[in-house]
Amino acid sequence: MNGVQGQARTRGNFELITWFFMRISGVLLLFLVLGHLTIMHIVNDIQEIDYAFVVGRWISPFWRIYDMLLLWLALIHGANGLRVIVDDYARHRGWRVFWKAVLYTITAVLLFMGTEVILTFRSVG
Amino acid sequence: MQVRVRIRRYDPAQDQRPRYQEYVVDAEPEDRLLDVLNRIKWEIDGTLTFRRSCAHGVCGSDAMLINGVNRLACKVLVRDLGSTITVEPLRGFPVVKDLVVDMTGFFKAYRAVKPWLINDETPPPTERLQSPSERERFDDTTKCILCASCTTSCPSFWSNPEYIGPAAIVNAHRFIFDSRDRGAAERLDVLNSREGVWRCRTIFNCTDACPRGIEVTRAIQDVKRLLLTERV
Repeated sequence: MNGVQGQARTRGNFELITWFFMRISGVLLLFLVLGHLTIMHIVNDIQEIDYAFVVGRWISPFWRIYDMLLLWLALIHGANGLRVIVDDYARHRGWRVFWKAVLYTITAVLLFMGTEVILTFRSVG
Repeated sequence: MQVRVRIRRYDPAQDQRPRYQEYVVDAEPEDRLLDVLNRIKWEIDGTLTFRRSCAHGVCGSDAMLINGVNRLACKVLVRDLGSTITVEPLRGFPVVKDLVVDMTGFFKAYRAVKPWLINDETPPPTERLQSPSERERFDDTTKCILCASCTTSCPSFWSNPEYIGPAAIVNAHRFIFDSRDRGAAERLDVLNSREGVWRCRTIFNCTDACPRGIEVTRAIQDVKRLLLTERV
């Protein structure tokens, strides 16, 4: 049980901030996801959601911001949850580093790709 | 009545791995499990090893896993356990022998939160006065008897023995929220680490397990909220 003292002061408030982020993002995601599901599966039929639908939707900056928020909050919330699971269950330092490297890489790639699409999307034709 | 007691036994001098041994014992419904264990040790099998001291739920020596939940053997009655009783050592600690576990790490975590009054100010001529509401603030956490039932019922602790554990947090809470104490910052430094309160997943096993009825999860949340207001 040397971790209690050993790593105590090296990480600042990182764990505190991520803990708080999980609470705030969790509440926001509840509304964002419910809104998303309502629009995509109740208001509109899944068959109607095609390229034209996305074009129409993303004309409005509101929906771009909405989708961007959803993307960032959901991805970071999920990635942080997985980070915590890795910390809990990967007891060997090497495995912990490996799984976190995989996790952070995938998260960064997905964030980059999603953000780029939302910001640069222009309808073709 | 007769009860069948199934005990997880392990003698490092003889056994490759833990094994279960069964004893059939006469017991009264009002007997405590500790009475049954004593009967086995004194009358049937003297090699059975377990800790006990006060036998009245105060010293915290005889916490064990009883029918799958952490309880003090001196506080549970046979009538509440059924005719087959399974007794195992506390989870998450190395087993020394039979039901005796190595609590070195547990007490190291306890000491890490400095569980004593810290106050370098000049003492007042009489006592350090405290209002009833100031006393009430940490009353619940004064009840801890360090039996380790909470810490060893915590899945976060099972998967990671580096986690400081609910018992140490409860004992830090007892001083952090004491108006006479000035050592909160030192204790919060320890509890704000990766292996501190942030390992808690609010599973509530600790609260269920506490033989003193301490609201352990609430105490841990108190510390998290205090960290949020103090450090952000």
